[in-house]
Amino acid sequence: MTAAAREEGGPLVVVGAGVMGTGIATLALVHGVPVTLVDLDRAVLDRAEVAIARNLRTAALLGAAPPDTAPGALTTSTSLPDALTGSTAVAVVEAVTEDPATKAAVLARVSAAVPEGTPLISNTSSIPIDELAAAVARPADLLGTHFMNPAYLITTVEVVPGPRTAPDVVASATKLLGELRRTPIVVRDSPGFVTSRLLHPMINDAARLVEEGVASVEDVDALMQGCLGHPTGPLRTADLIGIDNLVDALDVLHLRTGDERSRPCGLLVAKVRDGHHGRKSGRGFYDYEEALP
Amino acid sequence: MTVSVTPDTIERELVEFLETRTKAGWTATRDLFGEGGLSSLFAMELVVHLEQRYGIAISGADLKLANFRTVRAMVELVVRLRDGG
Ligand SMILES: NC(=O)c1ccc[n+]([C@@H]2O[C@H](COP(=O)([O-])OP(=O)(O)OC[C@H]3O[C@@H](n4cnc5c(N)ncnc54)[C@H](O)[C@@H]3O)[C@@H](O)[C@H]2O)c1
Repeated sequence: MTAAAREEGGPLVVVGAGVMGTGIATLALVHGVPVTLVDLDRAVLDRAEVAIARNLRTAALLGAAPPDTAPGALTTSTSLPDALTGSTAVAVVEAVTEDPATKAAVLARVSAAVPEGTPLISNTSSIPIDELAAAVARPADLLGTHFMNPAYLITTVEVVPGPRTAPDVVASATKLLGELRRTPIVVRDSPGFVTSRLLHPMINDAARLVEEGVASVEDVDALMQGCLGHPTGPLRTADLIGIDNLVDALDVLHLRTGDERSRPCGLLVAKVRDGHHGRKSGRGFYDYEEALP
Repeated sequence: MTVSVTPDTIERELVEFLETRTKAGWTATRDLFGEGGLSSLFAMELVVHLEQRYGIAISGADLKLANFRTVRAMVELVVRLRDGG
């Protein structure tokens, strides 16, 4: 972030108010950092405000909010240019849909509007940072920080500088993560980095086992939890991620690595088609009674 | 009209609620998040459920996991917040 932004206490601008955008906004707010959250339409932002209010309570409930810190102020906007004028952003986090063209367009607009040296942070799960860098005015300012869901509860963050990212920008982003009490682990740029490259094909395999009738959803998760110590089981994880996003990320991986294990299996594709996107839609591999706000 | 809800009723209702939501058996003293293995995110669903079902508001220092760790702890919280008004 620029020194001026820090002094003025400029906001963290988060573009994309879905599962991750709301989680990342919550993380910043509980640490006293103001947030400007941007999405395409008002209805999405209204839902995001409800989700963030609930997340803030969850953070308090689970002791994830630092003591004696007044939460930052939240502003929402449907206009990216409006969000980027006014006080200079400490950094901009891009958390829009996992589609290379959408991300490239958003990052290009952001990079044209912010001062040089403002970290442009993509939260992509799987798109190589250097591929996205082709769209921005200054590739040196772009890097990946791969938060996990829920971003305000999971303390480790995968950080991905591209080959053209400036060391200063990595340092600024790492400093910001430190202020948010996250532990960064820096890895080299590549499709899916470490976490998605390992997790996504595994979840795809888990869904394929269900599809082939080898085991039920509950039993796949129970075996991974009980025998192998996975915290929630892969299919409950799929529901937490959002199955639409999971399929998008698997497509990105499959296209770029040629790995057949990353070709989204029929059961995942069917769930997306049927609108069973996981917790956020109220139903995925499991039923959640109601959609998360 | 307020129907008086006794601690026993609350306890029975909560065990039923957990059994429906988790498809597992529960007792009043079983640790939900330790041996019970429920995700800590489920705790927030419990907060919302208790607020809606018993007309209470849980905030400030009451918003801590210890209050939701067992059915018994939740009953105590509900009774206290209903009495305290
Ligand atoms: N869900 C996870 O567990 C997870 C974890 C790590 C990383 N990610 C990554 O984070 C990003 C966001 O994922 P998500 O799960 O929050 O997706 P989501 O579908 O829940 O939300 C995406 C949001 O982006 C908005 N959007 C799309 N185009 C936009 C534009 N041009 N301008 C502004 N907003 C726009 C959509 O309206 C939507 O609200 C993706 O790149 C995803 O791969 C997701």
